[in-house]
Amino acid sequence: MGDVLKKVPVREQDPKVRATNFDEVCLGYNQEEAQEEAVRCLNCKKAQCVIGCPVSIDIPAFIHEVKEGNFAEAYRVISESSALPAVCGRVCPQETQCEGKCIRGKKGEPVSIGKLERFVADWAKENGIKPTPAAQKNGHKVAVIGSGPAGLTCAGDLARMGYDVTIFEALHKAGGVLVYGIPEFRLPKEKVVAAEVENVKSLGVKIETNVIIGKSVTIDELLKDEGFEAVFIGSGAGLPMFMGIPGEQANGVFSANEYLTRNNLMKAFRDDYDTPIVHGKKVVVVGGGNVAMDAARTALRLGAETHIVYRRSEAELPARAEEVHHAKEEGVIFDLLCNPVEILADENSWVTGVRCIRMELGEPDASGRRRPVEIPGSEFEIEADTVIMSLGTSPNPLISSTTYGLDVNKRKCIVADEEFGRTSKEGVYAGGDAVTGAATVILAMGAGKAGARGIDEYIKSKNA
Amino acid sequence: MYKILRAEELASNIYLMDVEAPRVASRCLPGQFVIVKLDEVSERIPLTICDYDPEKGTVTIVFQPIGVSTRKYVSLKAGDCFEDFVGPLGQPSELTHLSPEELKQKKIVFVGGGVGTAPVYPQLKWLHAHGVTPDCIIGARTKDLIILEEEMKAVSNLYLTTDDGSYVRKGMGTDVLRDLVQNQGKKYDLCVAIGPMIMMKFVCLLTKELGIPTIVSMNPIMVDGTGMCGACRLMVGDEVKFACVDGPEFDGHKVDFDLAMKRQQMYKTEEGRALLRAQEGETHHGGCGNCGGDK
Repeated sequence: MGDVLKKVPVREQDPKVRATNFDEVCLGYNQEEAQEEAVRCLNCKKAQCVIGCPVSIDIPAFIHEVKEGNFAEAYRVISESSALPAVCGRVCPQETQCEGKCIRGKKGEPVSIGKLERFVADWAKENGIKPTPAAQKNGHKVAVIGSGPAGLTCAGDLARMGYDVTIFEALHKAGGVLVYGIPEFRLPKEKVVAAEVENVKSLGVKIETNVIIGKSVTIDELLKDEGFEAVFIGSGAGLPMFMGIPGEQANGVFSANEYLTRNNLMKAFRDDYDTPIVHGKKVVVVGGGNVAMDAARTALRLGAETHIVYRRSEAELPARAEEVHHAKEEGVIFDLLCNPVEILADENSWVTGVRCIRMELGEPDASGRRRPVEIPGSEFEIEADTVIMSLGTSPNPLISSTTYGLDVNKRKCIVADEEFGRTSKEGVYAGGDAVTGAATVILAMGAGKAGARGIDEYIKSKNA
Repeated sequence: MYKILRAEELASNIYLMDVEAPRVASRCLPGQFVIVKLDEVSERIPLTICDYDPEKGTVTIVFQPIGVSTRKYVSLKAGDCFEDFVGPLGQPSELTHLSPEELKQKKIVFVGGGVGTAPVYPQLKWLHAHGVTPDCIIGARTKDLIILEEEMKAVSNLYLTTDDGSYVRKGMGTDVLRDLVQNQGKKYDLCVAIGPMIMMKFVCLLTKELGIPTIVSMNPIMVDGTGMCGACRLMVGDEVKFACVDGPEFDGHKVDFDLAMKRQQMYKTEEGRALLRAQEGETHHGGCGNCGGDK
């Protein structure tokens, strides 16, 4: 028995080894480790962790089952609230959610809730356990747009209530950001994402890929001509942002979206796939979020010396603590408190470097973080042949601009209420990044659940 | 799966296919494109739409094999399938927004080059169906590379030209346009140019001189085709535009063609590498000057 104040350590691939491969970094708990960690849970009466969870998983209950060795029951408990436990166990920012509220964390380390959730989900998959479908179909058709975390969750919940759900996905593969955005070494595509998608399908959900709502068919047509009674929009925030600085159109400047899509969705890192990716020798990633960490660690694995350039200090990095930690271990270099002002290129328009300016932290801004301020005359150059812009994304206007009566705010985000995902248009619900702008997988899942509740209520009241 | 109903070689190394894709066919308008992916390991390739039939649920594509993935298409026959076929993507031609009266008043000339002839065809056909028969100049390097001659003749006043003079006349499309305007008294309110970037650049230089507003259709590197990756970004005037969602058609007098052509080179060596790997497999150990396998 280890120190009760500390988490049971989780096994990981050695940083030197994993920096050269795309296999999963974290190896997860085995049964003994999971049960040992589960013992640390105090089984609080007023469990704060549940309040910290956007989908309100009954955390003490599932951890109790793990402690007792009832892993199938633990999976059933989680499945009542989450359609994607194997994903969440891996990519949720637990430190600011469930684990951030854990009483154990007041004195020592919180219970490793994320790793336990992951263990349960992986165990269920290895043992062929699937979520339980609805006993009876109710015959009402609902369309879900987008097969990312919001869409899969909404579809899964509605299917379990008995609805006949079809998901429309614009890309050729289901999973949304889980497939094109988050890399293999953090979220294995076949073992985890495809398996979770299969679980949702096993509830009776149909997935039609290669359908771009707003282009191939519109929401109004789905409602009018294709017999759907309600629509949930979970189309995400897919449009990349650039800085608008000189040289940004040079060859070798990519959006993180492009770089990651080539590598994750199109599997450019594998020799047996056709899609090319530029193998930089010296890569600069601009930004400090999870996507920036993913891009930097991908470039590193493709053989580059990789720098993160971020305008604030380490304390303000928006990425999950674990990702920053892993990136450092693997050898990503952090150039903090500096910001690009120009991309330098040669006569053939290929990137040769980035001119940056040093920053210092001033007064807190609207987000509560101290605002970075340029230090005059502090410009310097970083040599680079590849620059990856990871500055965030915004929702695609394709759907809002082709749907009559659907209100958006000035950031092009669809306006929807938090409780039920209701939009300005009758029968149309929305949630996830399409509503909030780029956020996390779990918040999108929470919004997917809210949308499912809203749609259920709407269809029931209409047919009452 | 999207079934190929017809596959033929239109001209030397230019291929045409009818593909069953009812959702796409029902929505197509001139100016739009599709993204095609053959199988699990293939790239997503943007291709121009040459024709579409909502009744039959088919879309006609025309392509010239250049990269690893399009070279695989060459061996496909009727009955084979594409794994993925998505669209229609991009904005329809602005002409489709005009009323029949507005269209009748417009004097339009099209200039198509090489495989760029294919996306000109649906525009001509659409205009013809709306009571307008525009002039159309098609240029090709040589006689064997002229495609869709009969089809184009049926819906436009067609002027053909070949670089080497092997068919009809010798010269570039720009020579014909200059001749029509300066010697034959033609007046145009609009030019639509579709073809290789270098051709569109020269058409735009000429039409600027002649004072004819010009629309071009850009076909840069793309991955998703829905605005996600930003690979297809172009400078149009002072603005960054994404060809996939803002275009593919833009004001040709504002497009920075030199930048666009440089960006198109981005994966040339990468494509070359992938091609060599495909052709030579395990036997390729460098010597190509690209892969560094001999270093």
